[in-house]
Amino acid sequence: MKLKNIEALNALKVKNRIIFETRHVTDPVSIEDAQGLSRHIMVCGGTGCSSSESPKIAECLEKELNRRGLSDQVKVFMTGCFGFCEKGPMIEIHPDNTLYVEVSTNDVVDIVEEHFIQGKQVERLLYKDPNTEERFASDLPFYHSQLRIALRNCSKIAPEDIHEYIAADGYQALAKVLIQMDPIEVIDELKKSGLRGRGGGGFPTGLKWELTRRSQADQRYIICNADEGDPGAFMDRSILEGDPHSVLEAMSIAGSTIGANQGYIYIRAEYPLAIHRLQIAIAQAREYGLLGKGILDTDFCFDIELKYGAGAFVCGEETALIHSIEGTRGEPSVKPPFPAQQGLWGKPTCVNNVETLANIPPIILQGADWYAGIGTEKSKGTKVFALAGKVNNVGLVEVPMGTTLRKIIFDIGGGIKHHKTFKAAQTGGPSGGCIPTKYLDSPIDYESLTAIGSMMGSGGLIVLDEDDCMVNIAKFFLEFTVDESCGRCTPCRVGTKRLHEILTKITEGLGTLEDLAQLEKLGNIIKDTALCGLGQSSPNPILSTLKYFRDEYIAHIVDKTCPAGVCKSLLKYEITEKCVGCTLCAKKCPINCITGSTKKRHIIDQERCLKCGACMEQCRVVGAIIRH
Amino acid sequence: MCDSASPNEFAQRLDDYIDSQTHKKENLIGILHYAQEIYGYLPDNVQWHIAQKLDIPSAKVYGVVSFYSFFTMVPRGEHVVNVCTGTACFVRGSDKLKDQLESQLKIKAGETTPDNLFTLETLRCVGACGLAPVMIVDGKVHGRLHTAQEIHEVLEKYRPES
Repeated sequence: MKLKNIEALNALKVKNRIIFETRHVTDPVSIEDAQGLSRHIMVCGGTGCSSSESPKIAECLEKELNRRGLSDQVKVFMTGCFGFCEKGPMIEIHPDNTLYVEVSTNDVVDIVEEHFIQGKQVERLLYKDPNTEERFASDLPFYHSQLRIALRNCSKIAPEDIHEYIAADGYQALAKVLIQMDPIEVIDELKKSGLRGRGGGGFPTGLKWELTRRSQADQRYIICNADEGDPGAFMDRSILEGDPHSVLEAMSIAGSTIGANQGYIYIRAEYPLAIHRLQIAIAQAREYGLLGKGILDTDFCFDIELKYGAGAFVCGEETALIHSIEGTRGEPSVKPPFPAQQGLWGKPTCVNNVETLANIPPIILQGADWYAGIGTEKSKGTKVFALAGKVNNVGLVEVPMGTTLRKIIFDIGGGIKHHKTFKAAQTGGPSGGCIPTKYLDSPIDYESLTAIGSMMGSGGLIVLDEDDCMVNIAKFFLEFTVDESCGRCTPCRVGTKRLHEILTKITEGLGTLEDLAQLEKLGNIIKDTALCGLGQSSPNPILSTLKYFRDEYIAHIVDKTCPAGVCKSLLKYEITEKCVGCTLCAKKCPINCITGSTKKRHIIDQERCLKCGACMEQCRVVGAIIRH
Repeated sequence: MCDSASPNEFAQRLDDYIDSQTHKKENLIGILHYAQEIYGYLPDNVQWHIAQKLDIPSAKVYGVVSFYSFFTMVPRGEHVVNVCTGTACFVRGSDKLKDQLESQLKIKAGETTPDNLFTLETLRCVGACGLAPVMIVDGKVHGRLHTAQEIHEVLEKYRPES
């Protein structure tokens, strides 16, 4: 059913607005007042919760509601990622906005009976703050300080239904751009908003569109970079799963502004659910005439095709990505020329990140001034972070630029798991650096993070605690980079290997102080001479950990110890005089390197010891086996 | 994964798919994905066939297959077990998960069990960091795996009922 013009779009929006009469997102009613009203249950269908059987939970809810005669009154919807992955599977009930966490199929009967029939919340399924033990039915501390713009529709709409997107003002921005604005106005608006690339580069989006538009050619392209390769980052995945139409709409807006009729979404193969949701969204957009020829009764023609990655981190770099779409090895090219001048098949191409694009429709509808009023002087708007690692609340956090790390980790993030001590936050993935305690109160924006030796990156924020060895973390990132290096330029192909070798030596207790000088020298050479961003930023994890955790490197080299107790070669397990000779450790040792008779102190053969720690795990006497 | 169709049927399906592409050469990666779906891997003869159909050098096809980690030239087992070794899983113990899997399956990462049931590989981040550490079996994510028992139970689901 093609939407012939904007009037048809508006009519469809009005017709479907009834959805939001139930989903009182900003104006919830109490559970008592909700009795008898039409109810919606939103079930998180993001990758994390889907893996924990959330589709089955939705199915069981529907069955049970049917059995209890409530199917007409209570409807179940699968949505995109709620963002609070630590506590999934999650469901939210409207219009009372009650959130239930860690739901399983076994809870369905209770939910229907207590929440819908008796009209009272299922206490045990409400979120409990680990520090205060307080229970929350809504407005959880996790969400309280967040400002969700890119994630605005995630968990609020059913992503596989275009009607819901349209009801939520979907495609209104495209209509405004096509009918009321010209490309120069759109570019000016974007420039005024201060939106910068959210993939990590931070390049001003308005300027990128302008440069692409200015390049003379018979054809231009818009590409959405959905390769999200940074390990630990899942912001783009959630937007694509939860609100795929926002990306399609933004690409159409970009196409009409820069003069492109064809868009591509380059998506990594590791995201099958996002691919599935995009395929549905593209098919629906075509069916409704929002992609194709003569969109909304204008001359504008635009279509989008999906292109799949095949497991190459370097293809997140725009020129490598373009080569991949062209069907070749994903090896980057020297820039200039930039893709805006000469990109896909030699034509001017604009490559934008998913999160960048998700910000476009609200900027068009609410205006550049609104967006520029959020954030800091040079970093406007919000940023989505994937908070993971040793933090209580793993999940997606969208906050205004300028929010401090402390707020994100300790307030929204709920602090460090198991009451351990914070050590560092790693931002920017393998291209980024570690931020120690003394910078916890730094505002997060592009410039501030670069100034302290890290970078914004795509938004991955890994929290490390006292049990993480910073030398081992640097080694982990270098392992990744060595694997993912495309091999084209010597500084990266050979240089990262040498860096990795030196780090391995250090973690095995064979390092020298000269190695530290070598790491810095080689690291700086690679930064200056590598062909692309992957290589240029690959030494960052080493340089930043050397800057802030040099003492750990020195301990590995001089004292031959690993302060965090991670690097196996540097660990020593010893049986003390507290040993009572129960022989349990000797029986557990996988290579029988513990000797001793019953009731006598046992001894570990240090020459043969594997440092696996099995003996210490088995020991029942406090202090009988120590590790140092 | 590949089904029990005959080689000729596989070849026909592949050819039909290639013929349906407007821009064949540019869609090499999509074609390789499809071929690996039906054959399970990309041996020399399949690469050569694709090169012929697309009228490009087989060295180019090989260059692409060897570049991208998703493509394999070695047959895989019936079930592919991928350990996520992304940063979030790493700090939550993916090393131990990998060690456990190697111990339980009695193979190293990159190998296939002698009965051809499981292939063990590593993967970089599927974006399910809330469930760290995770492993993915045939595309399905299994998370929060901390004990040997939990890992064993997941593997058991994929073993044929005896």
